[in-house]
Amino acid sequence: MPLTPWTLRVRRHPIAAVVSLTLLAGLGWAALAPIEVASHDQLFEIPPGTSARHMAGEKIDILPQTIRLTLGLNDVLVFRNADSAPHIFGPTLIMPGQTFRLPFAQASTYSFQCTAHANGQLNVIVDPAPAPGWGRLRWRWLTLIARQTKWS
Amino acid sequence: MSPRFLIVGGAALALLVAGVAMTTLPHGAVQSEAAHDSPHSEAMRAGAFNPPRAAPAFSLPGSDGSKVTLARYRGKIVLLSFGFTYCAAVCPTTLATLAQVRGKLGKAAHQVQVIFVTVDPGRDDAAHMRDYLKAFDPGFIGATGTPGALAAVRASYGVTAIRRGTGPDYAMDHTSSIFLIDRTGKLRAMMPFGHAPEDFVHDIRYLLAN
Repeated sequence: MPLTPWTLRVRRHPIAAVVSLTLLAGLGWAALAPIEVASHDQLFEIPPGTSARHMAGEKIDILPQTIRLTLGLNDVLVFRNADSAPHIFGPTLIMPGQTFRLPFAQASTYSFQCTAHANGQLNVIVDPAPAPGWGRLRWRWLTLIARQTKWS
Repeated sequence: MSPRFLIVGGAALALLVAGVAMTTLPHGAVQSEAAHDSPHSEAMRAGAFNPPRAAPAFSLPGSDGSKVTLARYRGKIVLLSFGFTYCAAVCPTTLATLAQVRGKLGKAAHQVQVIFVTVDPGRDDAAHMRDYLKAFDPGFIGATGTPGALAAVRASYGVTAIRRGTGPDYAMDHTSSIFLIDRTGKLRAMMPFGHAPEDFVHDIRYLLAN
């Protein structure tokens, strides 16, 4: 039986063939494997001493105007007040030592009244979970880049 | 070995290294510092307070002619909402949702009390609130009062209310979330506007059991 051109190439370069197959398997895993995270919490904390700094006239921005979350990855907003005074933080009033934990189950844009911001509004954009295929592959790639940037 | 194959092989090797890095990295790169709440609060669909504090007390004239206090409803789950009867969209939606919640709860509905506190005392007197609320559910109770008393209640819950417009058809921008107070009077959670009745039913059943 005559050998096909591809079979001939594999026979000539077995290492390259193995490498290519492994690469394909890795890409397949990265594109299809479910993304698992240890915690879904996206934490924002009012640090101790915030009210004293406020009283001293210091302007403190803890919360961004818009918070971006992704379903299935970081889809729980956690606001913690580690200060000694109550604070309107994000969507609600939080007492000293108290935590407010707000889960999101639907991809959408949410707006909350928040007096901490100049326009009185906090926006939370919840993106859908990365879809199997290009979505997961892209997420893993961006995550890898972000990690390496952080380490370097 | 042909140059073309060397290029392809090199690229494959480089990508393999990237692939190996992907597989060996922790998967949870987007996680933040975890805030370790109790498992109880994680079971709720509303935003949960941990630890919960006593819900701020108030005493306001009610739409039924008597005083509305939280103590009066101790032993029930209280759903506390702030709004006004001339509200075009948010308040009717909220009240319709809460009426559906009571309907879905069946026999457990008698263990739930909805209190609707006005942010617009200039137009919302007790009689007007009663007529407005009974269209949604005759069991709902409204609370009104002096502007100062109502402002104090709002401040204690972190609720905002801002008048928009100057004519007789003015509107009020206000906090649209609903507070969930358990049977012992603890402020356990806050449900943002827009949640389905099923989410309320889920959390009410949870609070009745915990």
